[in-house]
Amino acid sequence: MSVIRVENVSKQYRLGMIGAGTLREDLQRWWHRTRNDAEPWKVGDVAGAGNGTGDRIWALRDVDFRIETGEVVGLVGENGAGKSTLLKILSRITMPTQGRIELHGRVGSLLEVGTGFHPELTGRENVFLNGAILGMTRSEIQRKFDDIVEFSGVQRFMDTPVKRYSSGMRVRLAFAIAAHLEPEILLVDEVLAVGDAAFQKRCLGKLDEVSKEGRTVIFVSHHMSAIASLCKRAILLKDGQVVMDGPAAETIDRYLSSNPSSGPRYGEVRFANASEDEPFQLLAVRTRSIEGDIRADFKSQEPVVVEFEFKLRRPMPFLKIGFELHALTGGLVFQTFHNDREELLTETGRDAHILQAVIPADLLNGGIYHIHPCATIHGRGWLLRDVEGPAINVLFDVPNPDYVVLGRPGEIAPLLVWQAPTARE
Amino acid sequence: MNVTRELDHAAEDRWVTILGPETRWLDFRLGELWRYRDLVALFVRRDFLAQYKQTILGPAWHVIQPLLTTVTFTIVFGRIARIPTDSLPPFLFYFAGYVIWSYFATTLTKVSSTFIANASMFGKVYFPRMAIPVSISISSMIAFGIQFALFLAFLVYFRFRGSPVDPNAWMLAAPIVVLLMGALGLGFGIIVSSLTTRYRDLSNLVTFGVQLLMYATPIVYPLSEVPDGYRLLVLLNPMSSLVEAFRFGFLGAGTVSFGHLAYSFVFTLVILICGVLLFNRVERNFMDTV
Repeated sequence: MSVIRVENVSKQYRLGMIGAGTLREDLQRWWHRTRNDAEPWKVGDVAGAGNGTGDRIWALRDVDFRIETGEVVGLVGENGAGKSTLLKILSRITMPTQGRIELHGRVGSLLEVGTGFHPELTGRENVFLNGAILGMTRSEIQRKFDDIVEFSGVQRFMDTPVKRYSSGMRVRLAFAIAAHLEPEILLVDEVLAVGDAAFQKRCLGKLDEVSKEGRTVIFVSHHMSAIASLCKRAILLKDGQVVMDGPAAETIDRYLSSNPSSGPRYGEVRFANASEDEPFQLLAVRTRSIEGDIRADFKSQEPVVVEFEFKLRRPMPFLKIGFELHALTGGLVFQTFHNDREELLTETGRDAHILQAVIPADLLNGGIYHIHPCATIHGRGWLLRDVEGPAINVLFDVPNPDYVVLGRPGEIAPLLVWQAPTARE
Repeated sequence: MNVTRELDHAAEDRWVTILGPETRWLDFRLGELWRYRDLVALFVRRDFLAQYKQTILGPAWHVIQPLLTTVTFTIVFGRIARIPTDSLPPFLFYFAGYVIWSYFATTLTKVSSTFIANASMFGKVYFPRMAIPVSISISSMIAFGIQFALFLAFLVYFRFRGSPVDPNAWMLAAPIVVLLMGALGLGFGIIVSSLTTRYRDLSNLVTFGVQLLMYATPIVYPLSEVPDGYRLLVLLNPMSSLVEAFRFGFLGAGTVSFGHLAYSFVFTLVILICGVLLFNRVERNFMDTV
């Protein structure tokens, strides 16, 4: 059975409708209309740009799809493609301009965590308030209260006003509430963008659980790895229209290939634009597992092989090829170059040179890292910098089976050598 | 087996939502609001708790405010301006008027900022927006209850001391009068809040408009003192007959008439219905304009 039926839905926005001063314009328009004068500020009239009929944009156009019970569907597309608008319409925050939507079941929308948190109220009071705002009844919250508190990990602070919470605690509590929402249809926006890596992992884990319980999920994300791992089906929106609706992997491929400049790319990034007569030309950067297959998802306990494919048409003294690793927050984690230990490039002119760097195991934290390839002539200047290479998605864990740790604060989370020295004699 | 399936089906049907651009004008959507009654209760609780956290006197403010206002009124309008009070003790006269007026005024002022004050929340999650105005009305009714209890205490005290006050059977109409007063505040409030999504100027008008409106209502003067030329004007104000009836019931002096009360009743009903319909219409798309 289709739990969500979206039929030819369009949404039009009028630009510049925001703000004051419209009372006068409305009155004037009404005055002109009653006197049968030409209406001021009609299409194309620049003077009335604030309210004219010419400034309408279609955020969604003839969007049409059905979603069956228990499906987990990813919604992908560039910024401004209409993903958020669609989610807002489905969660009833705004209405479609045309078309019709049928929703069978309770709808829970998670466009933000912690909506309606009141800073003066205690954690306990906010659990009830936020739960009710998300659509739970009081008895439902009461029933799940202990689970929520335990999941959040802020038990000790339940009677402290939320304004004294750290932002991390606030997010944890908010997500714990949201995670215990049990609607038949769950709409999730990029909530993964907030919080640390551990929180993101937790979100993903919980979403996975939700889908296994047979509930229907629509999930908007820029993290293609998240979409790929959670969703079987994905819908690609572009300029408000459905461009593709099919298996997640194929839709993601289509999205990534049609938008080489947007969103993180995983596994392999090819560079084709460099000019032919440059002596150094980067062709591709890819990430491989130690076994050699191209991959984007790694466990923190395995090494990541970063591979460079490039052309070197003539010898370039002092050429340094390397990359920067950036955390999701944008912070630089480290920079590394191929000849830090010794020069590896001793010959030139081959069709393609390959260099591999190994990011050791047990170094990275959980979460997404971006690889930015770079190249420089030592002491002279950059040949290549601030270029987006592939991103990797790290799943953090520690070897000690007694603890499950999904992430640590900090940009990296190396496992250091700890020892208990025996007493000296 | 069959029975369960049917039940499941019924449960499913209850939650079917159909979204589309067409609006049914005459749709009050009260059933939906009822489903969210827990949320309304929690909003009331939130408003009450949050208002007084970190204040020293806490809920005592509910008492201090009318007391200070009444004392001021008694001095300014009673002693200095010497406006007659239907031969009632001025303190009780002003107290009764102020208590019921402030119930109307707070409801109206707070409800009128519903959309603007909650825009960020409304932009992220759906619940019937009417939950906010309704919870505000309930909160101010609780505040009214506290102030009213204080008023009763003073009434008993004055009567015990032999002041010329005469509580009578009209007291029984007080619950209706109070409800109408609240409904008027709610009705005007949701109309203003709906219009402020488009015309921000209105929010400035509300605060001082309500202040001015108090002088167009027999709060600091009795209706009987209004010159004939202005009386009709004052009576056009639907609050006037309500205030007079309220004061008459508890104090035994004032101008009450069924005709005036019927007018107020019809007026309230019309305002409330128009308000709810307008509000429900605005809530559908207001996020596009705020």
